[in-house]
Amino acid sequence: MSPMHVSRRGFLVGGATVVGGLALGVYFTQSKSPLPGASSGALQPNAWLQITPDNQVVFQLDKAEMGQGVFTSMPTIVAEELGIDPREIRVEQAPVHEQFQDPIQITGGSTSTNTRWDILRRTGAVAREMLIAAAAAKWGIPADECHAQQGRVHHKSSSRSLTFGELATSAATMPMPEEPRLKQPSEYSYIGQPLRRFDGVDKVTGAAIYGLDVSLPGMLNASLVRNPYIGGAIAQMDLSRAKSAPGVVDAFAISSGIAVVADTYWHAREAAQLVEVEWDKGAIAPGLDSASIRAAWVRMIRQEDGRVAHAAGNIQEAFEFATDVHEAVYETPYLAHATMEPQNATALFNGEECEVWAPSQSAQLVQTMISQALDLSPGRIRVHTTMLGGGFGRRAFPDFAVDAAEVARMLPKHPVKVIWSREDDTRHDRYRPASYNVLRAALDETGMVQGWAHKMVGPSILSQLLPYAASLAPGWIPDWLAGGLAGTAAWMLEDRDPTTHEGAAENPYGIAHFEARHIYHDPGIPIGFWRSVGHSHNAFITESFIDELAHKAEEDPYKFRRRLLGERRHAQVLNLAAEKAGWGKPRSGLHQGIAVHESFGSVVAEVAEIRMVGGKPEVERVVCAVNCGRTVNPDLVKAQMESGIIFGLSAAMKSGVQIREGAVVESNFHDYQLLRMAEAPDIEVYILDSSAPPTGVGEPGTPPIAPAVGNAIFAATGKRLRKLPFVLS
Amino acid sequence: MTTETISFVFNGKATSLDIDGQTPLLWAIRENIGLTGTKYGCGIGQCGACTVHLSGTAVRSCQLPVSAVQGQQVTTIEGIGDSAHPHPVQQAWIEANVPQCGYCQSGQIMTATALLARSPNPSDAEIKQAMNGNICRCGMYGRIRKAVHRAVELQAIGRDKLPAAARRFDPNDILVGGVS
Repeated sequence: MSPMHVSRRGFLVGGATVVGGLALGVYFTQSKSPLPGASSGALQPNAWLQITPDNQVVFQLDKAEMGQGVFTSMPTIVAEELGIDPREIRVEQAPVHEQFQDPIQITGGSTSTNTRWDILRRTGAVAREMLIAAAAAKWGIPADECHAQQGRVHHKSSSRSLTFGELATSAATMPMPEEPRLKQPSEYSYIGQPLRRFDGVDKVTGAAIYGLDVSLPGMLNASLVRNPYIGGAIAQMDLSRAKSAPGVVDAFAISSGIAVVADTYWHAREAAQLVEVEWDKGAIAPGLDSASIRAAWVRMIRQEDGRVAHAAGNIQEAFEFATDVHEAVYETPYLAHATMEPQNATALFNGEECEVWAPSQSAQLVQTMISQALDLSPGRIRVHTTMLGGGFGRRAFPDFAVDAAEVARMLPKHPVKVIWSREDDTRHDRYRPASYNVLRAALDETGMVQGWAHKMVGPSILSQLLPYAASLAPGWIPDWLAGGLAGTAAWMLEDRDPTTHEGAAENPYGIAHFEARHIYHDPGIPIGFWRSVGHSHNAFITESFIDELAHKAEEDPYKFRRRLLGERRHAQVLNLAAEKAGWGKPRSGLHQGIAVHESFGSVVAEVAEIRMVGGKPEVERVVCAVNCGRTVNPDLVKAQMESGIIFGLSAAMKSGVQIREGAVVESNFHDYQLLRMAEAPDIEVYILDSSAPPTGVGEPGTPPIAPAVGNAIFAATGKRLRKLPFVLS
Repeated sequence: MTTETISFVFNGKATSLDIDGQTPLLWAIRENIGLTGTKYGCGIGQCGACTVHLSGTAVRSCQLPVSAVQGQQVTTIEGIGDSAHPHPVQQAWIEANVPQCGYCQSGQIMTATALLARSPNPSDAEIKQAMNGNICRCGMYGRIRKAVHRAVELQAIGRDKLPAAARRFDPNDILVGGVS
């Protein structure tokens, strides 16, 4: 897929193309609502940037910092064009504002850099030219004799300079240039450099404030008691013992369960154990377990046709005339996000307005969901975004903010912090959806792949989430949906949801006869966006199956892929990974597996090297090559690849959510295990040189690792593992 | 619940809390003392985010009742160094861009500093074993290992003998990588 530009039709949220987007010029015209933090006398070309007369350069960061580095990379882009050291910029987490809505204000889909690349450069350049115009007017000289550097406008020949602050007020009166000059990459001082991240000092000294750290005068703390049965309700409750526990202020039911509110979280949590409650299992939970879900899918995949996501050629003929058919079943589990910081939010309700502090990936969705829950207009909900202790897509669904708002509404004028325990977090996640897949390949007499059919069954993320966004502006609903009812839209999305088949429907190997089909079935387990979304399961399946076909044709898996990829840009990335890994010549005792996958506009190839120890695979090294266009900060790109690899490897080696009797089995890190230091491979990342605009980086490192490791396991043992997590008996 | 008076040295200062002795040290630090650098991740000693030093030893504060620190020394992330005077481990972390989301890093740094105090030049195997109790969901394990080795170098130079740029988080020192 091509790199995204703000001026084009859509942008990807978790892989789904949504109609919307604004032409760049709109960002510099009158905005309907006041610009954030507007102050008199300041130069404020748009919602992102403000330069005050007292020489503060303030940047509104409209993306959530969850480790991916936007707190560093976004100001770097503006600073480069503006002409100032990016560390001089004061970065503020932006409030909800219409200029940040393209079409909604959200962080996800690996879109921050590619959707902000153009607008932030222009923003810096517009401000720079207005400041220069102001200086030129003041000095009575032509503007082209001035330049901006280190926070000042300079006139070299007369050795005069003025700070941005000294020029701000008069700059604000200058005409706004429609086509500001953007720097050439050869002029970059900061973009493309491995800068140290600007939030690093706070994060190593314990000074960074995450949602869980928010502290307000008079704040109360709440612990929740929640129904373990999915979709269940409260049948009966007795809160008298909990209410008389030390420190407790009140206890009551909210939408998601029972809240116990106390002076400290510890008191609330201890008191929560005294809540007496009888749970109504509801309609979904009875008979719901992992085995019954699987049995339903095994049956459906044979009996139903589903809907075609993508097709090429004539798949029926391909199988009719095949010399040989290779078939395999692949299965992937529900997965938890397990952000290190459990979900939480703080809210203050004064009877008419609600103020919220939340570690969310979307301040706008916090507003929207609280608006729906409290029947309050979004304009009366003020949202502050804190640092996030991990996001991975979980915090794009801010149900935790609704919890806080509902508790705050019961205790007006008291700020209340709701903290989810790790158990709450593990059992009440919105999981990465599970899937059940049948892959079939039609081979001709020479072993060449003539046909590829991928049939999958599973639920639809967008169809589950759409009803929660009902109060968002109508422009968010894609063109092809008739009517406006979110429920109707959700129903219509079920088997058209691109997040189900992304990574499976693209046919990167150009197989002549191709089909990807999705059968919709939702057992009722809450699902959501999990780092790399559909790619997280489909890449495992497609890159393992292509590997099976390579081995069946008795060809080296790297060469087999390279031959089929032809001139596609995947080939360059694959070649680089293979070269750097010394493909075909692993060190003694090691076995190699390779995979290449495109997601979120970028192509990533990974070679995993494993050693079999006591019959179990240990991943010693991963070599990663990535084409993500131009990099703003190459070290942050490498860190994101390392991060995506460990995230995917953890899932591949260790994780899966089990359902039993309608409840999630796992609860904490003893049974929902994550990859630890001792199991973490050395990782080398190689970034392809590119002058194309930046493409996604947050998620693309994850999809290739599971198949790379699975392919290495096959090379080592001859066993093809088609289920995750990998279990070698 | 029994309220007791727990007297101990906290980040170098004599401190006294009137508190239910069964309160986990983690929550006493966060809610009674009011320092939030020590993090809650799991509450069952499995993730390491709550790691502090108890008289020099790394412990999981979510598993320790506050009554257990009576008469002892407790050190948190706020007590081992700050932006003006970073511990060599903090300096090494900064140089290598270790933190991503950063939520686990207080715990990682407390475990690493305790490791270096007892084993000044650990091997990769020793590091892996000592730090295996600290989960990093963002996956920065490789960077952490490298940063521990770099901290060994910085520690060998001695905090007061580091060149100016390495001793402080120097505004001129902008790029990833150590000061040689």
